[in-house]
Amino acid sequence: MSTTFWIIIAGAIATYLTRVGGHLVISRFDNIHPRVEAGLNAVPAAVLTTLVAPAALSAGPAEWAALIVTAVVSLRGGLMAMFLAGAAVLILARQFVG
Amino acid sequence: MATDVISERGGKSDFWQGVRLSMPVVVASAPFAVLFGALAVDNGFSVLEAFLMSALVYGGASQMVGIQLFGQHVAPWLIVLSIFAVNFRHVLYSAGIGRRIAHWPVISQALGYFILTDPQFAVAEARAVSGKTVGFAWYLGLGLPVYVCWVVESALGAVFGKLIPDTHALGIDFLLPIYFLGLVLGFRKRPLWLPVVIASAAASIIAYKTVGSPWHVSIGAIAGVLLAVILPPHHSGVEAKR
Repeated sequence: MSTTFWIIIAGAIATYLTRVGGHLVISRFDNIHPRVEAGLNAVPAAVLTTLVAPAALSAGPAEWAALIVTAVVSLRGGLMAMFLAGAAVLILARQFVG
Repeated sequence: MATDVISERGGKSDFWQGVRLSMPVVVASAPFAVLFGALAVDNGFSVLEAFLMSALVYGGASQMVGIQLFGQHVAPWLIVLSIFAVNFRHVLYSAGIGRRIAHWPVISQALGYFILTDPQFAVAEARAVSGKTVGFAWYLGLGLPVYVCWVVESALGAVFGKLIPDTHALGIDFLLPIYFLGLVLGFRKRPLWLPVVIASAAASIIAYKTVGSPWHVSIGAIAGVLLAVILPPHHSGVEAKR
């Protein structure tokens, strides 16, 4: 079996642990420390930001325009609307600035 | 909901009630499933691998993160850790939903946790809060259509993604950062969101320039989470809820 296959299997097990783990852990404790809860709340934004920031820094005008439009649309629209707006701007801008 | 009276007739109508509630999620997730398939192939996955990842991991954002790192030839354990990190919020979902489904048989609970995604948690928790029982048939009706469509559409995306000739002109290589920015902005109502984003962005950029990829992901993520832990809890709004 390929490395990719094992990455998928391990990723699936890790994901299932998160989906059942909270229940298994919480049924043993009476309450979670507020600082731990604050840390858990921060996890998605912290992880996802690291996948945007360096990519944005090393990109060009077309990519920056797309990210700015995505951010602006986010003030009103949902995930789908921001994504489509950002993607449309990226594709358009790349026709002109490469 | 007025139609809830029929739920007393048993599992079948409960199931279809769940199916009806699943439709918006099916529609909203379809483009991302197709996109995942196309990007997976673009990052070196086979069609079968893209299909397997959707069927076994079944977590949109974490699958996108996984293939993004895979394309950067990051160490396997770090890819798995990143999938774990992105899905870590499910710990909170399972902690919350556990008391709603504790009356199910253990096998049903095990399956229920497998399909516990963001919308699944949100809709099921909303039903529980409104005072209704979260039954297995209803929960399965809500989750099964989303799961089946997600897996089939990713495979379709993978098959047809191979046929796209010029991925740069179509922006395929930069769609993931845009998608991730959308996800980050979607969390903006959370306490401490801006400080965490700034800390993670700064730390990941510095780490990217000095230590190098893929460590910038872990270092940036740890910086953001640590900041949230260190700042006094009353700033985070967590205490107010309790």
